[in-house]
Amino acid sequence: MNSGIPLQFFIVLATLMFFIGIYGFLTRRNLITILMSVELILNSVNINFLAFNRYLFPGELEGHFFSLFVIAIAASEAAVAIAIIINIYRRFTTVNVEDVDKMKF
Amino acid sequence: MFAILAAVIVIFSVLTVTSRRILRAAVFLLFVLVATGGLYFMLNYQFLAAVQLALYAGGIVVLIIFSVLLTSHIAHKFEPVGWKKSVFTALAVSAGAILTIVTILNYTFAANAQVAQEVDMNVIGSKLLSYGHNGYVLPFEVISVLLLAAMVAAIVIAKKGGPAEVKIKETNQ
Repeated sequence: MNSGIPLQFFIVLATLMFFIGIYGFLTRRNLITILMSVELILNSVNINFLAFNRYLFPGELEGHFFSLFVIAIAASEAAVAIAIIINIYRRFTTVNVEDVDKMKF
Repeated sequence: MFAILAAVIVIFSVLTVTSRRILRAAVFLLFVLVATGGLYFMLNYQFLAAVQLALYAGGIVVLIIFSVLLTSHIAHKFEPVGWKKSVFTALAVSAGAILTIVTILNYTFAANAQVAQEVDMNVIGSKLLSYGHNGYVLPFEVISVLLLAAMVAAIVIAKKGGPAEVKIKETNQ
């Protein structure tokens, strides 16, 4: 296999990145930093897909295309999320999740 | 090489979620994304590494930095997370991480003896447009519609003074 690195290394790295993203998602209070944590999570999933594709099924391209689509969806998600964040900022002049509670009953 | 990239990814991910200055967090995220692109190069997926660098590092990070500059003061520092919250979140997260890592290390992955397929632009293009076996024309079309819809949605949402906004202003008065 390529350069002799075991598959487990890649998956453990992706796991660490995923859970660091979850940590940021739970502790952050700013909408933009929450969006950054989501990007970390999506990236770790991509690493998983590509490592599995290269090591376990090198003759197929499923993981490659799946991560291509994940990247496209992440891009559109970021665009829509930032549009929403800017709209929220315009209306409430804050992007702190605890201060945006207009729709709470 | 893998050790360097892994160290960069882990260290800068932690800094991304703990940094108290939001612009620094965005720059650390950029480092993480570039190092991930390096991992794709190591796995011999050159096309995807280029997409990662162009789209994530070039597009999304610039978008995030722009919105940071639009929504927060440059010298603003977050107040630190309360110790109770950070300790309990760290406990829950590390429990999940340890469980997953133990499961991964105890599982033996059966390597497949297939011949590695060359991933060049030719293969990628014909696979994306093929509707036969292992063709991806349907997800390709779906993703193109999704991108169009996301673009329209972003413009409509961020546009100033739509009918919804006027209505809310009227009810506020």
